[in-house]
Formats: sequence, C-alpha cells, structure tokens
Amino acid sequence: MSLAKRIIPCLDVNAGRVVKGVNFVGLRDAGDPVEIARRYDEQGADELCFLDITASSDDRGLILPIIEDVAAQVFIPLTVGGGVREVGDVRRLLNSGADKVSINTAAVLNPGLVEDAAGRFGSQCIVVAIDARRVPGSATPQWEVYTHGGRKPTGLDALEWGKRMQRAGAGEILLTSMDRDGTRAGFDLALTRAFSDTLEVPIIASGGVGGLQDFADGIAKGGADAVLAASVFHYAELSVGQVKRFLADNQIEVRL
Amino acid sequence: MADIAVIDYGMGNIRSVAKAIEHVAPGKSVVVSDDPDEIGRAKRVVFPGQGAMPDCMRELDARGLRKAVLDAAERKPFLGLCIGLQMHFEQSEEGDVEGLALLPGRVLRFPAERMFDDRHARLKVPHMGWNEVYQTTAHPLWAGIEDGSRFYFVHSYYVESGDQTLVAGFSRYPFAFTCAVARNNIFAVQFHPEKSQTAGLQLLSNFVGWDGVFRPGAVHARGAVSA
Repeated sequence: MSLAKRIIPCLDVNAGRVVKGVNFVGLRDAGDPVEIARRYDEQGADELCFLDITASSDDRGLILPIIEDVAAQVFIPLTVGGGVREVGDVRRLLNSGADKVSINTAAVLNPGLVEDAAGRFGSQCIVVAIDARRVPGSATPQWEVYTHGGRKPTGLDALEWGKRMQRAGAGEILLTSMDRDGTRAGFDLALTRAFSDTLEVPIIASGGVGGLQDFADGIAKGGADAVLAASVFHYAELSVGQVKRFLADNQIEVRL
Repeated sequence: MADIAVIDYGMGNIRSVAKAIEHVAPGKSVVVSDDPDEIGRAKRVVFPGQGAMPDCMRELDARGLRKAVLDAAERKPFLGLCIGLQMHFEQSEEGDVEGLALLPGRVLRFPAERMFDDRHARLKVPHMGWNEVYQTTAHPLWAGIEDGSRFYFVHSYYVESGDQTLVAGFSRYPFAFTCAVARNNIFAVQFHPEKSQTAGLQLLSNFVGWDGVFRPGAVHARGAVSA
C-alpha cells in the first residue's frame, strides 16, 4: 500500500458566496461555505478546491474571508483559483489560508508569472490549470489551450503548454477537458493519459464526471493522480465516501 | 510569554500551522514570530518550512534566526515540519546546501530511475497526497494515532541518516523512506500534520502536551525500516 489517489470536490464562489449552477446560469446560493467544506471533509475529501467565478474584479477579494474561515476549521489542503493575475494575488490567497493557488488565464497572458510565483512561494503551492479542447480533424489527437473560462482559443498545444508550465515550476496540473465539462460523459481519457504519461508532476483530472465509473476510469485508464468534481457532489448525487468505497472495491488505493 | 512559538522566516504557509495548533490548544497562546527573543521565551517551538531548502536556509540567516532555532532545538519541545525536518540534517542535494546539522544525515531527491510502482507505472514527483506512516518507535507524539495512518505529504526530497536510532516513522514511495525522526526533545516529520485531518491534529495535540522527554526503547513489531 502506498500513496492514495485523491478525490477533490470543487466549490464555486461568486462575489463571496458559495454557489451552484450550470455554466454560470441560474446561480443559486449553496449555503454556508464552512458548513459545506466541513461536510466534504467529514465525507473524506482529500482536498478542497475553491474556484472564484466572480465576474467583477472589484468583488474578487470577497473570497478571502471565506478561505480564512474554512482554513480555521477544516484541516485538509485547500486549493484556490480564479482571477489570479499577479504574484500579489498569490500571496493574498496563501496568507488567507490557501495551501495551493491555481493559475489559468494569467499564466498564458504572462508566462513569467508561474516562474515568479513558484520561485517565491515554492512549486508545492503553484497549480497550473489548463482548459483544453480537442482540435477537430487532427490525425493523432491534439488539444488546444483555452483561456477566460474556456471561451478564448490561444493557439497553444495543450501538452506542450503543460511541459512548459512544469519547467516553469508548476507543482501540479489541473487539467479540464472543455469538450467534456458539464456533459457528464466521463473524463477525456486520452487527454488525461497523454498528460499523465508525459509530465512528471501530478495530474488532477477534471471535466465530465457523471457517475462512479468515471472516477475509476480517470484514475485507472487516464492515469490521473487525483480527480476533481463539482456537480455530482453539490447535488448530493454521490458522496465522497461512496466514490472512495467504489474505488477501493475496484482495487484503487484511497484514504478511507 | 507564549506557550507555543511558530518560527516565521518568510517561507510558506505558516498561518495554517498556527491555526491548526490553536484549534487543538484552546486557551494556549500561539505566536507566529520572527523575533529571536520571543522565540527564546516560548515554552515550545514549531519549526515549519516550505519551498526549497536553499531558500529556507538563506531566509533563516537573513532574519538572524539560526541561533534562536539552535537554542530551542537544544532544550525545548521542538517540532520540525516538512523542510523544517530536512533542515535538521547536514546537507541537501537540493542546491547542494548545508543544513543546521542538528542530526547526522543528508537530504536526497527521489531518484527518477526508481520512481515506478509495482505495476510499472511511473510515480510522480513531488510525492503529493496522503500516504501511510508506519511508526518504528513508541513516542509520546504517536499517542492515539493508529500505526499506518495516512498523513498529507508534498515534497520531492527525503532524509536519510546512517543513525537508525533517529528514525521514528517511515512511509513508502515506492521504497521505504524516513518520514519522522525523534531525538531527545526534537520530533520532526516530513508530512504536514496541520493538513492531515484527524491524525494530524492528534499529533499536534500530543506535541502541545509533551514535556519534551523521550527515551527510545519500545519498538513496534512492524518496525524495521528495511521492511
């Protein structure tokens, strides 16, 4: 027995509130952030991920007190992402209690940011989030990096970008398939496998979870070190404990 | 006078350490401090660390905290965490930097050629996530923690000492490596108890109540690190 595969529930934060909704439509208040975080913690979540989806940059600081409250009561690793633009943002999030900060769009706009942040705070707390979409019609599968919540194509090859971010000091890659995100059709296993075979740093698979088998496939077939999901947990279709027991029954090592 | 000082030399998330200790030690005063006098007056000291060991050593010296650390490690209940464990040793492969040499041994990088599991799948570095910790000696800081409990790790380097009597616990990735050491008033771990939920909080709670006395003796049956 050795290192466990991680199950990471993701919570969306909008203007200082934890919300649920699909593709930014019909956002509903999901309740008290500490209570939600504590519930996932009790169910056996290995980490928590908070994603700030606040549209207005003025309101983005409102996530900080949430992270502070959660960090004072839930003692598992916390990753926070969304709207991180500069080293000062990374510092503020770490100071409020985040253990890792995830950088997405800003890494593309300013490739020096990841290197700066990793140099200053250590690779262990820098996650690079990559939103990848399959390039249609390519003979061997290829994926392109998208930014701005998956809306803007960048022309960058996702796997090459991942390697570059690893060299820049990313300690982990949060890999989201834009083709699968919200579809409940399972992870893009070819994408996940391409990353996990190529990179040395851990890969968190994200985008597309619909049921228990998808978690197992992401790990066993995709080679992911961790799997992230939002809606199946928010709507209590599955508990983290249920997922872990299913994985354990399928000979995947988890923390029970 | 503070009950517990967490040494702050500007590296990493010191506040989560302080928060976790406050959580298990209500009513005790916990300070995050870069003041050698304040650290000197505290009853017990936590020595955390994150990032790269060369940076940690440099920042420690830049803030004039080396002596405060050495003094505390000599006489008070002293808890090293992560890079705080690694800095106890003589030398690290990371940047070929010298440590504080409180304990004999070196800090080594997980060697790429050995990082495969028993199904020949490549293991990632950093070693990140929850792994089982096997206790090799009975120690007050292990009290109430089941042998083999999982703790949260994130590191690319590990410590190795020729002195096996130092070893208090090991983990496997994929080979057995030392992840906890104990000598007299010093206890230091590679993992992050402040992020290891129930088991981690129990360890911190044990530290808060520890008198700093440790007499090696009783060894767990499954103890040998060579296992």
